[in-house]
Amino acid sequence: MKTRTIKLFKRLAAVILFAPALALAAEAMHLDKAPVSTDQAKLQRGAKLFVNYCLNCHSASSVRYTALRDIGLDDKTITENLLFTGDKVGDLMIVSMTREDAEKWFGTAPPDLSVMARAKGSEFGSGADYLYTYLRSFYRDANRPTGWNNKVFANVGMPHAMADLQGEQTVKEVTDEHGKAAFELVAPAKPGSMSASEYDEAVADLVSFMVWMGEPIAERRKFIGLFVLAFLAVLYVLSHKLGKTYWKNIH
Amino acid sequence: MAANSSFPKYQSDGSLLGNAMEWFDARFPMTSMWKAHLSEYYAPKNFNFWYFFGSMAIVVLIIQFVTGIFLVMNYKPDGTLNAAGIPVAFASVEYIMREVPGGWLIRYMHSTGASAFFIVVYLHMFRGMLYGSYRKPRELVWIFGVLIFLCLMAEAFMGYLLPWGQMSYWGAQVIINIFSAIPFIGPDLSVLIRGDFVVSDATLNRFFAFHVCAVPLALLGLVVAHILALHEVGSNNPDGVEIKKFKDEKGIPLDGVPFHPQYTIGHDLPANAIFLILFCAVMFFWPEGGGYFLEYNNFLPADPMKTPAHLAPVWYFTPFYSMLRAMVWNFFWIDAKFWGVVSMGGGVVILAFLPWLDRSPAKSIRYRGPIFKTLLGIFVFAFLILGYLGTKTPGHYFFGYVPSEGLNPLNYLLSGDFLTKTFTFYYFLFFLTMPYWSKIDKCKPVPERVTFK
Repeated sequence: MKTRTIKLFKRLAAVILFAPALALAAEAMHLDKAPVSTDQAKLQRGAKLFVNYCLNCHSASSVRYTALRDIGLDDKTITENLLFTGDKVGDLMIVSMTREDAEKWFGTAPPDLSVMARAKGSEFGSGADYLYTYLRSFYRDANRPTGWNNKVFANVGMPHAMADLQGEQTVKEVTDEHGKAAFELVAPAKPGSMSASEYDEAVADLVSFMVWMGEPIAERRKFIGLFVLAFLAVLYVLSHKLGKTYWKNIH
Repeated sequence: MAANSSFPKYQSDGSLLGNAMEWFDARFPMTSMWKAHLSEYYAPKNFNFWYFFGSMAIVVLIIQFVTGIFLVMNYKPDGTLNAAGIPVAFASVEYIMREVPGGWLIRYMHSTGASAFFIVVYLHMFRGMLYGSYRKPRELVWIFGVLIFLCLMAEAFMGYLLPWGQMSYWGAQVIINIFSAIPFIGPDLSVLIRGDFVVSDATLNRFFAFHVCAVPLALLGLVVAHILALHEVGSNNPDGVEIKKFKDEKGIPLDGVPFHPQYTIGHDLPANAIFLILFCAVMFFWPEGGGYFLEYNNFLPADPMKTPAHLAPVWYFTPFYSMLRAMVWNFFWIDAKFWGVVSMGGGVVILAFLPWLDRSPAKSIRYRGPIFKTLLGIFVFAFLILGYLGTKTPGHYFFGYVPSEGLNPLNYLLSGDFLTKTFTFYYFLFFLTMPYWSKIDKCKPVPERVTFK
């Protein structure tokens, strides 16, 4: 009985000491940290990638093309380079593919991406981290109807849209440190039009754009917030001084 | 309303404004209301930190009313899909966030306000428990308060459906389904609540009506009743003594100060400035609250065909959600779901009985004994852990600890399952055994007059 108790205490100590490690082992979804930027040149590059590679199937129906003025583009540039699916620069980013067709072709209609960067946050990382990892985790899988699978989103309906940039990754089976079967991504045998680091950078720009698109006001919100907090700090100091005078003669 | 006769009517000084005031005051209890509730309402002079939260709750209530009005101008309670396949309600929220000038600010104010409301109300209620503010003669003040809390929960639950995201939809689906477990009337009741057999456009519209019209009216009425009842009996204080026992020759309590301006400006205004600093820090820099104030999954439009893998209510419901999940036994051949409803509802309703459960000779924790202090400490801990576990899956293990060797005792002690049941049991035991332990607890002598600490 005594040894059993000691064993229990040892277990408890071990659990508390190694809690962080165990927490990671418990549920495995490793996400790479996305290098999200607010730099306009990067956002513009992300916008170009988004319009060329995503906006053919996915809509961003809450976003107007004119919103791109906020990342430093003028109406002429937008109309000439980015306006594929709309007629007017004030149009929303919708796609011409119908949802019925999409469901027939992909099994499920491609989701709207307006706020996807906000929706994909979880305890494992931000929505940006998810997208950044997801878009770099497609691999060839002959068992899937599209020929593609994804390490982060198993059996995803979407094929690898940017395969011409990244090339075709494959997977190999490995055993992880706990001796369990796992698989890891193998770099493309024949790279695409970009090197691995160039592709990572392109995805980072695309994800930065999607983060911006998820909440275009975010930067201005923080900027305004500073003034509001400064104002309230002054309000506090003055109201505190004023308040004290009312209590001066009360004991 | 305060008796008009006890306050003299306004007397004009001969000026135009003075004459107008006199005319008005002769026909409306303006002076008497002002005096009875503000300038000549005497509150104990020893209020401390814990007495800020009532005024903060009023500030948040006003924020919610005003921002709510502006949101309704642009929000559309419509569950049908627009041309892009997005529900109109969901798209209208994004429209507010992007295209309505200042809409993002109004929306974030409202969503942050929802969480802030519960934070200040929980602290306000806890103050009542610390200092025995529910004790005679303030039982009605407390009961109106519990009703406000119930209304607030209903208001928050129905408001959460309106953005029509995945969490809105499935959260409502789960909670309304639970009502179907009530014997005999359950299935019909849940259809009545939804207006349909699943959560649908009909549900969205009736929740919208309740959220923007019915419940706010009830809430406002209860807040007025709460304050009127309070002003009838007078405020409690951190010493839990009655200041009305000692009055000067004019009948003013010796330990009282006028609520206005000493408390309104001298106490609550700077406190609310600090509160607004915290509020705005969240609103401008952290509006999602790490996925607790605005849940990630709620940025996906409601989809009746796709159930999210993990459903968690918003943080302020999670302690009671845990109490719901703690019930897994089919007592008396009635489905455990029903006992879950009883447990969740009972967790709130039992608060209303506090004035009669507590039999301690001292009201304030300052003069109460070790039993109360210990049990209240555990109560707070239990409530927080229940809240934490309510955000996790039922199979949650503390420290992410996964039992590899089956259920040995230690594994089980660390499991969310065990702790949820234990702390739910404790929560109810705390109240139900209170008449006994509050009476035998060793209290210190209570002073006659208020003290400053």
